Amino acid sequence: MNLHEFQSKILLSSRGVHVPEGQAVSTKEEARNTARDLKAAGFAVKAQIRAGARGRAGGVRLVSLPEEAMAAAGDLLGRRLATEQTAPTGHLVRKVLVETAVEPLQSLYLSLFIGAATAEIVLLAACEGGDDIEQRIQNGQTRFERLALGAEQTLDKTAAAGLGARLGLAAGLIPPFVELLGQLRDAFLELDATLIEINPLSVVEPGRFVAVDAKITIDDNALFRHPDLMALREESESDAVEIAAQNRNLNYLALDGDIGLVVNGAGLGLATLDMVRAANGRPANFMDIRTTATSLDVAHGFALLLGNPAVRSILVNVHGGGMQPCDTIADGLGIAMRRNRRSLPIVVRLAGNNAEYARFRFANFGCKVIDCPDMWTAVTRAVSAAQSGESQP
Amino acid sequence: MTILVDHDTRVICQGMTGWAGTHYSAAMLEYGTRIVGGVRPGKAGTRHLNLPIFDTVAAGMAETDANASMVFVPPSNAAAAMIEAIEAGMPLVVALTERVPVRDMIRVRDALKQGATILVGPNSQGVLAPDVCKIGVMTTGRARRGTIGIMSRSASLTSEVIAQVSDAGLGQSTTVGIGGDAIHGLGMRECLELFLADQDTRGVVVIGEIGGSEEEELADFVAAVKPRIPVVALIVGRYAPIEHRMGHAGAIAQGLAGDAESKIRALQAAGVIIAESPHLVGATMREALFVTA
Repeated sequence: MNLHEFQSKILLSSRGVHVPEGQAVSTKEEARNTARDLKAAGFAVKAQIRAGARGRAGGVRLVSLPEEAMAAAGDLLGRRLATEQTAPTGHLVRKVLVETAVEPLQSLYLSLFIGAATAEIVLLAACEGGDDIEQRIQNGQTRFERLALGAEQTLDKTAAAGLGARLGLAAGLIPPFVELLGQLRDAFLELDATLIEINPLSVVEPGRFVAVDAKITIDDNALFRHPDLMALREESESDAVEIAAQNRNLNYLALDGDIGLVVNGAGLGLATLDMVRAANGRPANFMDIRTTATSLDVAHGFALLLGNPAVRSILVNVHGGGMQPCDTIADGLGIAMRRNRRSLPIVVRLAGNNAEYARFRFANFGCKVIDCPDMWTAVTRAVSAAQSGESQP
Repeated sequence: MTILVDHDTRVICQGMTGWAGTHYSAAMLEYGTRIVGGVRPGKAGTRHLNLPIFDTVAAGMAETDANASMVFVPPSNAAAAMIEAIEAGMPLVVALTERVPVRDMIRVRDALKQGATILVGPNSQGVLAPDVCKIGVMTTGRARRGTIGIMSRSASLTSEVIAQVSDAGLGQSTTVGIGGDAIHGLGMRECLELFLADQDTRGVVVIGEIGGSEEEELADFVAAVKPRIPVVALIVGRYAPIEHRMGHAGAIAQGLAGDAESKIRALQAAGVIIAESPHLVGATMREALFVTA
């Protein structure tokens, strides 16, 4: 789960990390009032979406007056912001963060993440931050310093200070830097984070670091021990559909094509996307039905596709495994078809556990499906059905 | 021959009395796997599926001659169960549990450094040597005894590839679900080492996907050892939604962003044969064996 910037900053600031003064608001009037209360010389108005590269996409505005903050908020709120890191349709801006603008003396890049190969928490820092960091990495213009942080012991302060020195920090900045790393490491462990990224981390006055931007990703698999963070997830209504799908044991992500996909398992889901694109088709979604999903959960997934007017054919690619036989998926489709009057060409490819029984279930529900013997035949059939706009078989 | 399991594999199931443990243990017994007992704290002395239940893995090992454990314990306690088995000195632990928190897996990997245990998973679909031994949840209907080793990060795609390999007339020596999580036990590189050491494995299929750096590490290993048998790889996720593909700057800087194209390039450069599409894995392996022969 990716947290919003404002949520990340609240969590970090409660653990002693300095962040710019400010507040997240959802109306332009609140934006103006917040700016007035901040009594600063300048303000940053930042669109709150769960994706990076907002600056270059016009999602961050620097203004000097409360009225200008109101205008900027009015412009950003309610619109969809697309960045290099989102789909072209972008994300809906429901909140903006209004903050005191900072004048950095110096800026750094800092991130903590899980180094999978070595199974440890890795800290990565560069002596210059900024929102073009990805490009500068690719061009080899930025030098990184790396430090592995132990999982259960406390922070090795000598190593942290050494990292600060390697980054070329002034002597006076080393003690606050070490303190900050300790706070971030504790936050990482306490929150069950998989990423904390601070970019930029700025020095605004001698000896004081401020997290000007912050991004935290929480391990979804650990949310069961963080009911407070679970509540933050509900706060973002922009992906209400995806959250509803999650609650139905479906990993669902909307895309902008016309072929609805129903697939069990993440790997087969990715493989199906690749094949549809290779056949010049346009997927309307990514779907991974988890092994724990029931036929009612699957029906919810089908209903999402039937309810999407852009969808012109549905491709069901299921390899029944030991944990989820094909008939669960067939029952899900049958239930959804009985609830929804819309008829679409439904191309199915069933293999593995209970494939034959699933065909029997389709017949019992009166579902007319185009049954294909293998994946590639099914993919090309679903693509041609979508392109020709045929109705039911 | 097979890898990881053989006719002498004797399994105890941690979490045997739960729904999943019961269901899959029964299926394994039916397949012919030698399950010798189960572990469920507080139920020592009782029997389940007509097998003895123990409080701890150590007690189970003392009372039976178990040399493998499979973990069906729910996510909140799965790491503790794995660590218990590792500390008891269990030679092979196969963890089926999905959704184990990554922080817990850091502790498990720490524990692995101490002993000689091989951990497969978590979030593994198990290990299947057709007609010899099955540990886990894999379907066996399309599996055939044969000479191809399969290792995979994805369960549903594995069932598909097993069927393709069988349809190509090849069959499998062993199929290993190494697990879909970022931090897990046995890696692709170690799994390939095991396959290369097995005289009867004549080809290896690798099923990888975007994210992480295991495929890249495997490529380095293949380039270094130059295996005499063909290695065929399928990498999925070329067209994954952009939100799934975006690595953060830290990951990019570490070469860990792991997009499909860079994995494919690395593997190809190392001499691994890339299956052009997910439906062509079996055919690609058959052709590769024909060329090698």
